[in-house]
Amino acid sequence: MTRRAPQVLLGLAALIAASGSALAQSGSPFDGTRPERVSYSASDKDARAGMDRAERTVDGIEIYHVQGNVYLLIGSGANIAVQVGADGVLVVDTGAAAKRASVLAAIRRLSTGPIRWIVNTSADLDHTGGNETISQAGMTVNGNPAAIIAHENVLARMTEANRPITELPLNTFFEAGRDFYFNGEAVFLYHVPSAHTDGDVFVYFRGSDVLVSGDLFTTTQYPVIRAGQGGGVDGFVAGLNQMLDIAVPQYLQEGGTYVIPGHGRVCDETELLDYRDMIVIVRDRIRTLAAQGMTLQQVLATKPALDYDPRYGNDRGPWTSAMFVEAIYRDAGKTTSGKQRVSAK
Amino acid sequence: MRAFLVGGSLLLALAAAPVRAQIDISGEWAGKYHEDFDDRVPGDVQGDFTGVPLNDSARRFAEAWDVTRVNLLEHQCQPYNVAHVFRGPMQFRIWAEKDPATQSIISYREYLGTYQQFRTIWMDGRPHPPDYVPHTNMGFSTGEWHGDILTVSTTHIKKEFYRRSGIPSSDMTTLVEHYIRHGNLLSHVMIITDPVYLSEPYVNSEEFVVMERGNQNWLYNCEYVMEVPMNKNTVPYYLPGQNPFIADYAKKFGLPFEAVFGGAPTTYPEYRTKLEQLMNRR
Repeated sequence: MTRRAPQVLLGLAALIAASGSALAQSGSPFDGTRPERVSYSASDKDARAGMDRAERTVDGIEIYHVQGNVYLLIGSGANIAVQVGADGVLVVDTGAAAKRASVLAAIRRLSTGPIRWIVNTSADLDHTGGNETISQAGMTVNGNPAAIIAHENVLARMTEANRPITELPLNTFFEAGRDFYFNGEAVFLYHVPSAHTDGDVFVYFRGSDVLVSGDLFTTTQYPVIRAGQGGGVDGFVAGLNQMLDIAVPQYLQEGGTYVIPGHGRVCDETELLDYRDMIVIVRDRIRTLAAQGMTLQQVLATKPALDYDPRYGNDRGPWTSAMFVEAIYRDAGKTTSGKQRVSAK
Repeated sequence: MRAFLVGGSLLLALAAAPVRAQIDISGEWAGKYHEDFDDRVPGDVQGDFTGVPLNDSARRFAEAWDVTRVNLLEHQCQPYNVAHVFRGPMQFRIWAEKDPATQSIISYREYLGTYQQFRTIWMDGRPHPPDYVPHTNMGFSTGEWHGDILTVSTTHIKKEFYRRSGIPSSDMTTLVEHYIRHGNLLSHVMIITDPVYLSEPYVNSEEFVVMERGNQNWLYNCEYVMEVPMNKNTVPYYLPGQNPFIADYAKKFGLPFEAVFGGAPTTYPEYRTKLEQLMNRR
């Protein structure tokens, strides 16, 4: 009892501090970056009410208010989503290890409240590198470091990789989804069985109406399919269809549900849709060619993703266009297709 | 003392006045369709790729394009983006938002009757937002006067199409516009750059005429609904070589397909010689 009293006081102080955070409490004034039909305010004073870019930048990490309780931290490998409110802080992914101190400072710019939860959308280092630092800086209601939640396959992957126990998501689930209530809104975690890997999770903040996709969706590259870790192209399509079911545009395919991708800029339903369409079309082309008996080299020579290469393709780096085509080609051996107008299941 | 105050006030007023009054582009404007009528009013024929400097990636996209894709729930209400909307039937309203203290123009606002879109052109020198913010159909615009020409630069535009026949535009598109008023006419010039789907800038111009009595067609409504039973996640498209409509335009007007699908070289006057040769060969 005596041991808990200081923690309760600490928690109360943190909540008071969190409720007083100017940035976290600021609204969502029209700043010219949203469709005006959705959020226009005629007052230019409103447009200038938010913090300027310098105030939103912490040691190279930029903070962007997406919607409701949810903020994007960008500049540390994968994108990081931070939900803040009276209950404390929830963090989706923790970025690369090299920037973990900066990420923590950026979170503290948003709220001095207790970091209660961390969700990992995959086991990738650029999504989990700050796990230990952020977790140790946080505190569950019973005084432990902030709980790290992930699908159990993420724990398995990170254990295989000999990651320190303080980085591991020890709060795992095996079902199709998990939900809980935090900061005045329902938070849903959805497992997508076989996409980027076999442990992918996307998160939906129902009150804020923000999806956090992890690497199921990025604006910077083709889907990274890690077949060796249980990934597959059909899982991407299934996961994107699931997110499309959740996302609702506010007006003429704009606004409404916003999406924080694993990498790249904030999007809405339209970009999810284009990405889904792209994967289906390229997948079906490659499967058709594979079904005709073409070798991988022959398939690559047809440039099956030519219409999307200038947008998502890379000739070098960890995930090239050729690797994307090859992953689908190898995947085609596991399925039968080749029909025109193949539907995304 | 009073004379001093009056004189001082006059000096202040003069100092606060704009250095040079710009031509007023405010008003309600309606399109004149004497240019590119078929393209802009009834809409393009399937397979019309003429006049657009499309690159190989755009050609591949167009080959796969099945127009029934717009039946998908998520596609049904997608409007034209800012680089396309002026190419359709359209009327729009422009007005200036002024700083009440200085009367300098903070922004021009536009209301576009087609798809009921609002748009702001910031004139206060603010920078464009960082890369990570959402893109919108109207994008983020800043403007500046060059003499009597208002030049507007727009970034952060959503992906859409340059033409409904399936010529895609990417979300990396940027747009430069020039607004030039001649009495009751407004010339609107668009220079579109798209590193994903265009091999060189795509230039268009349209004329608008002032509507002295305004107009009533300012509203647009769209509700996406499933109109026939189907798998809602179907993505209609054609595999390479299987698009039965790709040559419709060429056939309708008796043109060689390579001239229709040829991109930038076909948009220059010297291409007429090549076209003549192609036509004679047939």
